[in-house]
Amino acid sequence: MADKYLELVNSGFTKNLAKTLGLPRPSILRRYAPGAPLVPGPVLLLGNSPQAQELSDVLLGWGLDVRRHAVGEGKVGAIVLLLDAVATPGQLSEPMLAAGHALRQLTPGGRVVSFSRPALATDTPAVAAARQGIDGSVRSLGRELRGGATANGVVLGERVDATAPSALAALRFLLSGRSAYVDGQFLQVDSATGALPEDFERPLAGKVAVVTGAARGIGAAIAKTLYRDGATVVVVDVPAAGDALAKVANLVSGTALQLDITREDAGKVIIEHATSRHGKLDIVIHNAGITRDKLLANMDAARWNSVIAVNLESQLRMNEEFLAAGLPGLRLVSLASTSGIAGNRGQTNYAASKGGVIGMVRASAAAFAASGGGINAVAPGFIETEMTAKIPVATRTVARMLMPSLMQGGLPLDVAEAIAFLASDAAAGINGRTLRVCGQSLVGA
Amino acid sequence: MTAQSETPAIRQAVIIGGNRIPFARSNGAYANASNQDMFTAAIDGLVARFGLQGQRLGAVAGGAVLKHSKDFNLVRECVLGSSLSPETPAYDVQMACATGMEAIGSLANKIKLGQIDSAIGGGVDTTSDAPIAVSEPLRLMLLELTRARSTGAKLKAMSKFRPSFLAPNAPGTGEPRTGLSMGNHQALTTKAWNITREAQDELALASHKNLAAAYDRHFFDDLITPFAGVSRDTNLRGDSTIEKLASLKPAFGKNLGEDATMTAGNSTPLTDGASVVLLGSEDYAMANDLPMLANFVDFEAAAVDFVHGAEGLLMAPAYAVARMLKRNNLTLQDFDYYEIHEAFAGTVLSTLAAWEDAEFCKNKLGLDAPLGAIDRSKLNVNGSSLAAGHPFAATGGRIVATLAKMLHEKGSGRGLISVCAAGGQGVVAILEAR
Repeated sequence: MADKYLELVNSGFTKNLAKTLGLPRPSILRRYAPGAPLVPGPVLLLGNSPQAQELSDVLLGWGLDVRRHAVGEGKVGAIVLLLDAVATPGQLSEPMLAAGHALRQLTPGGRVVSFSRPALATDTPAVAAARQGIDGSVRSLGRELRGGATANGVVLGERVDATAPSALAALRFLLSGRSAYVDGQFLQVDSATGALPEDFERPLAGKVAVVTGAARGIGAAIAKTLYRDGATVVVVDVPAAGDALAKVANLVSGTALQLDITREDAGKVIIEHATSRHGKLDIVIHNAGITRDKLLANMDAARWNSVIAVNLESQLRMNEEFLAAGLPGLRLVSLASTSGIAGNRGQTNYAASKGGVIGMVRASAAAFAASGGGINAVAPGFIETEMTAKIPVATRTVARMLMPSLMQGGLPLDVAEAIAFLASDAAAGINGRTLRVCGQSLVGA
Repeated sequence: MTAQSETPAIRQAVIIGGNRIPFARSNGAYANASNQDMFTAAIDGLVARFGLQGQRLGAVAGGAVLKHSKDFNLVRECVLGSSLSPETPAYDVQMACATGMEAIGSLANKIKLGQIDSAIGGGVDTTSDAPIAVSEPLRLMLLELTRARSTGAKLKAMSKFRPSFLAPNAPGTGEPRTGLSMGNHQALTTKAWNITREAQDELALASHKNLAAAYDRHFFDDLITPFAGVSRDTNLRGDSTIEKLASLKPAFGKNLGEDATMTAGNSTPLTDGASVVLLGSEDYAMANDLPMLANFVDFEAAAVDFVHGAEGLLMAPAYAVARMLKRNNLTLQDFDYYEIHEAFAGTVLSTLAAWEDAEFCKNKLGLDAPLGAIDRSKLNVNGSSLAAGHPFAATGGRIVATLAKMLHEKGSGRGLISVCAAGGQGVVAILEAR
């Protein structure tokens, strides 16, 4: 499962050998651990935005070293690009070029985060052009960064300030090691709802969370991450996976619920367990999923139907139960996949289910928002799990190399971090969206 | 000045839930698992189900019928290897096939008396990883060798060795005082009560059908945690038929000729497995937001003189039930479920026949009228040992957890448990729905 190549080019004599031979050298990514600094160096705040001062004050309040101009040769931990006031394509030039000058100073594991406004059909053509241009430009910048540095953006919806709770939470997430494998992505904040946590190290304190498919892989990582962030976790998986599930439950001091989520009453059983044993239900992570890959020409009904039933229909049915129960403030995160966005050979069924999740989330957002909650999706790219370990070695190695930005697969933890962020109250202003955790690649399940 | 200490009022002992690993036929899926492996897995599954990680419970009690001498502190070792607090006390219990029932019953008593607030009781057994002892002459020789101090004395001790000493001494199911296996004992009882082959096969078939149906409606989803790749009892044959069972040759009481009715189909196979039950006071359950499935009302042990032929080896529960009913002012018909451990189909049917028999009830139980018949549709409704298998000490925990859940689902009523054991013993119990 581990990426041996990544280890070899980053340690011992093979590191020097790889340097000499000019082999591609993927970096060890900067990942979050409790107590780690938010950013590995000063933050350079660029761009002309009426909110620059206000945002600068917030960053100073977080204990960051904020600079408004590039200074000397010193290292920079992050560049925050305030492009929300850009109204013509011409106005992009100055801040982007200023960022370009500072890139050499960006430390390994550094971050570029832009703030911008969405390009809408109702905008004037010039405004829409400038705003849409930011999208392409920041994604391209992401592909130019090395040393595990990433470029992402926060898109501020109408009447949402850069200092709205979810905008700040998104900025923090993107600056931190929690977003290690998120690259070239935009988080859109549509409302000023939500609240930043009292303790940024325990943003889920007091929350009761259910994670389906939690016996192994990404699901187990999600359970551990939610627990680390302070949540009480109920882990769910099919009865046949109960032994692995029990181990995860005991690791996170949670409770194990052996349940086939395709059962008609699965939603009811989950609500009953969470409320009777833990008093409430705040968070549901729809992670359970299966693959039954075949070229469509060779696909049979069993493969197609089981994937749709587990990955999509079960979630639709459970969500109806959750809505009917009127659980206040319930936040859900569903697992989509880059296969559901860009397609993947042999996965017409899987991609239908994962594309379906993206559509479901978008169409369910208003209903969950009505009771103070929300629903989003995370679309992992190539993640090193038992499931992807089944991909033949050659295909897997090539798949890793096809990732021009980070040149490696992600870890289950990277997906879990994005999910934990979207599950938090601080992300309440983000609803109906899908965040890719793919290291800017589009390969893999 | 000291006031006379008052005995605290008796409180309820509540069954919160249970967990077992699927039972597996001997020398099969769990051939390489030890009692400690299996019992630890059963405890950890229970801990996961009820979120007991790091908790210090009042006590954990259980045991195994077949136990290695190195497992002198089996249950405590399992607790130390589990996710429970290492400050949880634990002790071993051993009462043949009634080990689980005795462990659970005595823990319930401690809870009722207010000595402890929470407990796990259960049992485990493996006939695959059974202890094999060296032969008696070899053991005596080795002991003499340890005592010998001089080289001469050591050589003298070793000179007593004979190749025949190497024959291993594996445990059997034979009764030490009669030399008869349990099956051959039951064969005598089965014949004495005129239990037919057809009736035994029908009971066995019902056990398989009932257990399979319970799995199919997810009844065991919160009672079992898979182990070693097994998620269902490996002895279960949901597709068995009365014809298949009828075609089997007698396995016990072969000397009875035409009257030999006990086959491998209507007798339990040797099985490996483990089970545990979580008990607590009402306060404990409520304080920890845990479910309360049933009250553990009472239990009773009995023993019979099978050595001199006064009674059948496995008939003790018939006596224990009579005494327990009287103490609780109940009749045999006052129950909604009957869980009678199917050591052999013949055991269940002989016990039921005895309760219906006026002479037996008068002469042996000292009753004016027979205890009477039970509604057979209330008997072992989710299957029993003939289908699930019977890892000796683990059977009590399986039955208590299963019955407690059934009663809770029904929402009212009582259940009767009856478990026979080697040595002419038996333990019976009453549970009450919550």
